[in-house]
Amino acid sequence: MFQRQLVKEKHDIESKHEPAGGISLQVEGVSKLYHGRAGAVQALLPVDLDVKPGEFVCLLGPSGCGKSTLLSIIAGLELPSSGQVRANGKLIQGPGTDRVLLFQDAALFPWLDVLRNVEFGLRQAGVPPKERTEQARHFLELVHLHGFEKSYVHQLSGGMRQRVAIARALALNPAILLMDEPFGALDALTRDRLQAELEEIWSSTRKTILFVTHNVREAVALGDRVLVFAPRPGRIVREFRITLPRPRSLENYQLMEQASEILAVLKEAMGEVKHGESD
Amino acid sequence: MAKAIKVAAPAERRLSVGTWVRRIVFYIAVVLFWQGIVSLHIWPEYALPGPLEVLNALILGLQSGLFVLASLVSLQRMLIGYAISMVIGVLLGILIGRVRVAEETLGTLVMGLQALPSVCWLPLAVLWFGLSEQAIIFVVVMGALFSITLGVVNGIKNTPPIYLNAARTLGARGIALATQVILPAAMPAILNGFKQGWGFAWRSLMAGELLFASLSLGNQLQAGRDLNDAAKVLAVMLVIIAIGVIIDSLLFATLERRLRERWGLQR
Repeated sequence: MFQRQLVKEKHDIESKHEPAGGISLQVEGVSKLYHGRAGAVQALLPVDLDVKPGEFVCLLGPSGCGKSTLLSIIAGLELPSSGQVRANGKLIQGPGTDRVLLFQDAALFPWLDVLRNVEFGLRQAGVPPKERTEQARHFLELVHLHGFEKSYVHQLSGGMRQRVAIARALALNPAILLMDEPFGALDALTRDRLQAELEEIWSSTRKTILFVTHNVREAVALGDRVLVFAPRPGRIVREFRITLPRPRSLENYQLMEQASEILAVLKEAMGEVKHGESD
Repeated sequence: MAKAIKVAAPAERRLSVGTWVRRIVFYIAVVLFWQGIVSLHIWPEYALPGPLEVLNALILGLQSGLFVLASLVSLQRMLIGYAISMVIGVLLGILIGRVRVAEETLGTLVMGLQALPSVCWLPLAVLWFGLSEQAIIFVVVMGALFSITLGVVNGIKNTPPIYLNAARTLGARGIALATQVILPAAMPAILNGFKQGWGFAWRSLMAGELLFASLSLGNQLQAGRDLNDAAKVLAVMLVIIAIGVIIDSLLFATLERRLRERWGLQR
């Protein structure tokens, strides 16, 4: 029901894609080589990845494993050194509002109040002022921030900031949400709550979500699939399909079992690094 | 749910009564010390007048309207010159801050010219424009321009890239990216440049006006000298200080405080 309401309200601004629900994503041989002062650094070895419309994929790994780089390339903010990305079969060139990236520190604009932050993308899309205010209010309500329209960023807690960032992204009705450790800096309680809210939003909108995290349980709780990354050079070492019924409880023993299995793989991947460094 | 968390009003240190008492006592002491020196008659009275004479000269100048008129003339020059500097400075700053080639070439020129006190432009300005309004406004422009330009450049260079990335992923590009993201993000540094530019321009205007015969604050200083009237010179200096303090504390301090409150920056 919520999905239909979203479609009705949003189809007029974003008519070029499917009004709601996710689209597919193909990552074909994407790699990234940085040329720094200390020479070239292979941030990401060639990655192939096929994401189905509406799929929730978690990218799990320690820092420096290239998962954020991959997300940034998919968002169109960085160019790959090789390979290409297709969204819904179409080659991506630069940023596009069919794929919105969310950041760990929310990246809200401190010179705008909460309402104007949420309106930002709509303003870029040329939505008239009255309409965009209406939509922004709607999405603020969706993330339980009714009454905070006039607040400034520094007056909000970390969890509230992420909620605003989510509302700001959802307002554009993107088919793909790219989330770069969005809950990484939050306390455990807030994190659990936002995870549940995100899952709710996902299950009602069926957007495609790529979610970067270094938290194994978070990955297992949210993902249809978990891709385990290893660092130096960044690469995918294993892929897990999570078939546990939703909504998932973090206390569920099956979830914990799955998480410890993945953690073992992750530790092994890290161990390789240590070994490699010692010789 | 509770309303937005109100963070304790930032930055505004409340001045206690004690601070004010100490301050007033200090200034009374300064005036008494001044009077004391005058009473020793080390210098002739036309060179070092007492506080009362200066107060008299100030009241006389204000009552006759001379100081008011002179202030208006000087402020008008400031406003015209400063407005020109703001427009050119912001455009130049954006160019240098965003275009690599401009930074490597124009950027160094601006840095170099910033090191030159702008009153040094006066002889050249007089050769170009004569002893005219244009010459003095030119000096004001040169006084504020480079500070404003560098403020904008610094603001742009120090903008966290995450704001740009966030804006781009939300569909901002081109002019909208510049006016809605880059400039507002750079605002704290730009405001700093504006403030510094105002200070430099005000100083050079006063220096420049010493040479001009038409009525202005700087010219009143010179007139006092010509008449051997040190009391008048000191009175004009007080007017110049007052205008500087008023603009600094009312205009720039207010803008700065508002910005800090909105951004949540603490002093």
